[in-house]
This record gives sequence, C-alpha cells and structure tokens, in this order.
Amino acid sequence: MSEQASPKSKAQLDAEFSDLYRAHLRDVYSYAYYRVGDHHDAEDLTEQTFLQAYRHFERAQRESNGRPLRPWLIRIAHNLAANLYRDRARKPASSIDETTTPLPAMHTTEQLVEGRDELSRVLDGVRLLPDDRREALIMRFALGMDNREIARAMGRSDGATKVLIHRAIKQLEEIVGDRGGVASATRNGRPSGAGTSEGGAGDD
Amino acid sequence: MTEAAHSFEGLLREALAPVEPPADMVERLEGTLTSITEMAADELEAWELSAMRDPRNWARPAAAVMAGSAAGAALVLLRARRRTAAAAPPSLADLRDTAERTLGDLTREVRRMLGER
Repeated sequence: MSEQASPKSKAQLDAEFSDLYRAHLRDVYSYAYYRVGDHHDAEDLTEQTFLQAYRHFERAQRESNGRPLRPWLIRIAHNLAANLYRDRARKPASSIDETTTPLPAMHTTEQLVEGRDELSRVLDGVRLLPDDRREALIMRFALGMDNREIARAMGRSDGATKVLIHRAIKQLEEIVGDRGGVASATRNGRPSGAGTSEGGAGDD
Repeated sequence: MTEAAHSFEGLLREALAPVEPPADMVERLEGTLTSITEMAADELEAWELSAMRDPRNWARPAAAVMAGSAAGAALVLLRARRRTAAAAPPSLADLRDTAERTLGDLTREVRRMLGER
C-alpha cells in the first residue's frame, strides 16, 4: 500500500539524514570555513548546505548506490560558495588584500596557529593557491577525504584528482619556501616549473 | 615519498585542522532541521488520524507506529541537540540509545491511543 510505504520511507529518510548530519557537520563547517575564510559566511554556508541537502536527500540516496554521501554534501557546499562569490561579485578570502586580517574569529585552529609562524605561513600559502587546488587540499587535509571522495566532490576522475593534489602540494611548498618559511620545503620540496599561475594545466 | 614531503604534509594537516562549528550555529541549524522534520511529521499525523476514522484501517496499527516513527526522527534531532548544548557531541551509541528510547516512547503512546479507541 502506498499509504504505508510513504510514511515508512519518510521516517527512514529522516533518521538517516540525522545520521548524515551528525557525522559530517564538522566536515561541512571546516570546508566552509577554510573555503570562505570568514566565520559568518561559513555559518551561513553550512546552514544552507544542510537545508539544501535535506531537500534533495532522497534523490541523492537513490542515486548514490550505497556510496558515502560526504562528497555530495561537500559538492553542495562548493556550489553554494561559488554562488556566494558570484552574487557578491567579489573574490574569495584568498584574494583579499594583505591588510585584511586573515581568518578572523578562528576556533580551535586559532589556538593551534597562535605562535606558530610556520603554520601561519602554510595557511597564507593555501589562500594563494588557485581555487581548485585550495579546495582539494582542504578536502584532503582538513576533512581527511581520500582521492576517490575528492574526485566525486569535484566532479573529476580519480587520476586527475591525484595529479591535482600532487601539484597543489608542490605549489604550496614553493609558495611557502619563497616566503621564507618551512626550511624543509625550500631545501627538498622545490619542484621545477610549478609556478603560481600554472592553473593546473592537464589537471582538469 | 621523501621525509621532507611527509613533514610538509604533516604541517599542512596541522594548519588545516578541522574546525568545530560554533555552538550557537549548531543550535540554530538543528532547531531549523527539527522544525522541518516536525512539520512533515504533522502532515503524517493528520493522515494517520483521517485513516483511523475508517474502520477498515483499525486492524493496521503498524501504519500508526510508522507515522509515529517519522515524528521520532524529529525528536531524535531535538534530543540530540539538547545533549549537545550540555556536553560533547553524542556518540553513535548515544544516538542509538536516544533513538530507541524515542521509538519506545512513541510505540507506547500509539498503543495507548489505540487502546482508548
């Protein structure tokens, strides 16, 4: 009976969405925070991501064929962030001028970075990366996503994602090295021809 | 991978440490999500009451339990939210426990309602 199937489906969906929310709230917030570099925008982005996810949860589950839904969630956040910047017609935090205080109102990371110049330089370097490279690093290192998950979130192949992350790390090492930080990066990690405006040719 | 690369990636991992969402945002978001699920549950409840007016449906209390469990999902969020405000985020076992207690409450309530009819 359709009357029976519908409520049961609704109950299951709500319970499963609750699980998804619990499991990935921190992931979505972390992604949003490092993506937009602003506490308030990150909150808005996180809220909108989960509300949109709730609206489309049933279809996403149906189409996921049992695969984890974290990449789907992050993709929603990614699209919303892109819309945010487009609507405001301004560049993301990575391009805000140097007079802007970087990553204001940080939470746990604030204590972590405090007094750690190396970490600050790395974070500054992350902000200077092209969007796709920055996002890939956020997904890998802040969220702990593997190549396959990142590939799904970014709509790329696994191979292209692996290359993207590799080049992002190399470029970041170079940026940090050029800015006088992290001795190991300057001594051992300097790739040849990994300029900051390379744009990931061949990645995409 | 070289030792330096490992070291740099370790630094990167530290620099990009996960960020805990602010408590007030969590409170607000969970309130919104709970409202949405409760709204949907209210619609189901309305369906349940109309169905129970038809004697042909009285022999199928399972439908009422299922409608109740829809409201239960909303309550799971609500209860979890209250716990979050007081302490650390609940573990999976905590959530399961909350869900079981919520469903238990609802099942008892539905049985009581059906017994009174």
